[in-house]
Amino acid sequence: MFKQIALSLLVASIATPVLADGEVNVYSARKEQLIKPLFDKFTEQTGIKVNLVTGKDDALLERLKLEGENTPADLLMTADAGRLYRAVEMELTQPVESATLKKDIPENLRDPANQWFGLTSRARPIFYVKDKVKPEELSTYEDLADPKWKGRICVRSSDNIYNQSMLGSMIAVNGAEKAQAWADGLVKNFARPPEGGDRDQIKAAAAGQCDIAISNTYYYGQMLTGEEAEDKAAAEKVAIFWPNQSDRGTHINISGAAVTKTAKNKDNAVKLMEFLVNDESQKWYAEANQEYPVKTGIAPSDMLKGWGEFKADSLNLSELGKHNAEAVKIMDKAGWK
Amino acid sequence: MALLTALPILAVFGYVFVPAPEVWQHLRETVLTDYLLNTLWLVLGVGFGVLLLGLPAAWLNSMCEFPGRRLFEWALLLPMAMPAYIIAYTYTGMLDFSGPVQTLLRELTGWGYGDYYFPNVRSLGGAITMLSLVLFPYVYLLARAAFLEQSICVLEVSRTLGSNQWQSFFRVALPLARPAIITGLSLALMETLADFGTVQYFGVSTFTTGIFRTWFGLGDHAAASQLAALLMGFVFVLILLERWSRSRARYHHTSNKYSRIPKFRLRGWTAVAAVLVCALPLLLGFVIPVGQLLHWSIKVASKGLDSDFINLVWHSLMLASLAAVFALLLALILGYGKRLNNDPLVNIASRIAAMGYAIPGTVIAIGVLIPFAWADTQLNHLSKQFFDSNVGLLLSGTLFTLLFAYNVRFLAVSLQTVEAGLGKIKPTLDNAGRSLGLSPLGVLQRLHLPLMKGSLLTAILLVFVDVLKELPATLILRPFNFNTLAVRAYELASDERLADAGLPSLMIVAAGIIPVILLSRSISKSRAGEH
Repeated sequence: MFKQIALSLLVASIATPVLADGEVNVYSARKEQLIKPLFDKFTEQTGIKVNLVTGKDDALLERLKLEGENTPADLLMTADAGRLYRAVEMELTQPVESATLKKDIPENLRDPANQWFGLTSRARPIFYVKDKVKPEELSTYEDLADPKWKGRICVRSSDNIYNQSMLGSMIAVNGAEKAQAWADGLVKNFARPPEGGDRDQIKAAAAGQCDIAISNTYYYGQMLTGEEAEDKAAAEKVAIFWPNQSDRGTHINISGAAVTKTAKNKDNAVKLMEFLVNDESQKWYAEANQEYPVKTGIAPSDMLKGWGEFKADSLNLSELGKHNAEAVKIMDKAGWK
Repeated sequence: MALLTALPILAVFGYVFVPAPEVWQHLRETVLTDYLLNTLWLVLGVGFGVLLLGLPAAWLNSMCEFPGRRLFEWALLLPMAMPAYIIAYTYTGMLDFSGPVQTLLRELTGWGYGDYYFPNVRSLGGAITMLSLVLFPYVYLLARAAFLEQSICVLEVSRTLGSNQWQSFFRVALPLARPAIITGLSLALMETLADFGTVQYFGVSTFTTGIFRTWFGLGDHAAASQLAALLMGFVFVLILLERWSRSRARYHHTSNKYSRIPKFRLRGWTAVAAVLVCALPLLLGFVIPVGQLLHWSIKVASKGLDSDFINLVWHSLMLASLAAVFALLLALILGYGKRLNNDPLVNIASRIAAMGYAIPGTVIAIGVLIPFAWADTQLNHLSKQFFDSNVGLLLSGTLFTLLFAYNVRFLAVSLQTVEAGLGKIKPTLDNAGRSLGLSPLGVLQRLHLPLMKGSLLTAILLVFVDVLKELPATLILRPFNFNTLAVRAYELASDERLADAGLPSLMIVAAGIIPVILLSRSISKSRAGEH
């Protein structure tokens, strides 16, 4: 038994780093179940094998940095624009010239210098309990700091990158001082200390703990389509409000990808990115994960359509990364746990 | 060897002397007090909790006879197979405001939010409870082994000198078992300090989450590693405590005469109390959470069970067994190095290496990557020069890195167990062996190994179960296309798909049960008088 194990270890450790042509190596912060089916399709169509490691975005960046020019990774995928910005700052990526990517992905959802590209998008709107809040009472994110919402808001911890990015976008638009005042006011309006994930905020609202929850759209979509009866019942008690429709639009974020600086299979990596924004892949994302397609002209799933059209913030998402550290500090100061 | 294991820890501390005044000022003004207080309360709370749950159960199971004892004896180890972050998922799922228990309560009574008090699972108290429930077996395990190994003569002597059952427990058995109890306690506390999954899920900010947030969120490596240094301060105090408790006395066996422990038969209400003391931790720490996992797994079994899943199981088991064997070998080498020549350098290095147990896996993973990636770069330079080709990441891109990281993280477990085993063997025995013509290796082979069989098995099995549960280092260091059960469970849970995470979680627990049972059997048999 031990010999077998030792042998398989030996084989694994020798075989792993030597990668043949016709492959592409991906470091992904997106969970395996959200991308693997598309990778399999890609391999089927092109014959190019996709090797995958998933992990936390920051840890993957650290690994990339430490591995330096010897890294086997060709493509970095993250679930957030801020991290892609950080990868560019750390000089881990390279620009890609691809007419397809330029054509298919709107300008604000990709890096101005073509270092990274958005592949799917999701919004972070306000969810309100239908029988407690009238949509007319809601207007903007900024308004959530108003004392009238005291003890009525649920949102997750400031450790979470979605909140950091949301605040980052406000720093970009309103400046750090106003963002601080907003965060201070918002924290005063919390119904409870932040805990749990995005779904938990919606569940807490549905159960009566708060009247308003901030959450990403695809969690809401998954609750409605999932197998958990309780999740579904909770999601049905709340409705979406699209904030800031009369000014900058609702905050959005992307999942995206960048080719690493030392990619040995650059062509394949670009092919994979192009594959991920083709009509079929974009539709799959929308159906399987309730995310919005980045490609214009692709219809989102019926469920997303049912939530109505909205104006999305057109801020270039690089700004989220630029203001990330500042956002964390502001949250600390506001006592946003 | 010890230095090599200490390397990753030292690598992270390379940043300690880089000044980061701005970030520190920010931390001091905002979150540092929280980190300090929460960590302190967590350690105190879990320390109290594991003793409360572990000690009485250990004593009852070694010295008394009551209904169900044969079952409790090994079943009390089962919570060990349950990763802390997974028990946290299950209890949150059950007891959250929107969970079934509170919802039912509200439906029955018509109460709404704020009308009644219900303890919040996601809190410091919740984290203390979760960690205590899965970590008490460390105390139970080591205390029981110690109680069983005590020569009964000592206890009998104390009884003949007029002590009653309780007095002989407090005056004789407990002090004699103290090193083992403190070893168990320090393992549990180190595990507490290193915990990331539970406290993060509960939103309790401790040093561990603070290090992560400072390193990544604020992007400041210097301040983060200085925080880690502070954390090490805590650990160092723990280790000193443990040393100090041993320093004043040596605890070799005072007699080699053993007789069967005459089990004290409990009847009536004392028996009921004994059953309760044993059943409660077992129910809360294992039966109920496993029930919840089963419930979730059955819901999704149709889509979760496939060849992919079998692969996950195989990867997890392979990694855990390999790591356990390596950790044992390393612990033997270090333990013997210390016994044979008490070199202060070896001593310090092995102390530092053993600190890995209290360091969050994330920090260790980065600490391992720093020197390995450097070595790989050098290797590639060389191979480019001589063979004009790159060899790729021979070290940092393979399973080797991962195994190394596990060893840094879990060496303390095997080392402490091996040292405890060695400590009980009187040095005069070595001398006798040597004078009879045995080489040092011969002493090991012919005398120590047979005497330490129980300790060695304990060391292997403890590391096996720990690696099975380990998450952050695995997540960061694993090679391409290589996932484990823990990674799968985490990915699903962090995507807030608790029900889907049930199946891999349950499998981790199931795979951990077998070694836990083996462990318990080996301890029951380890008493010299009971073959």
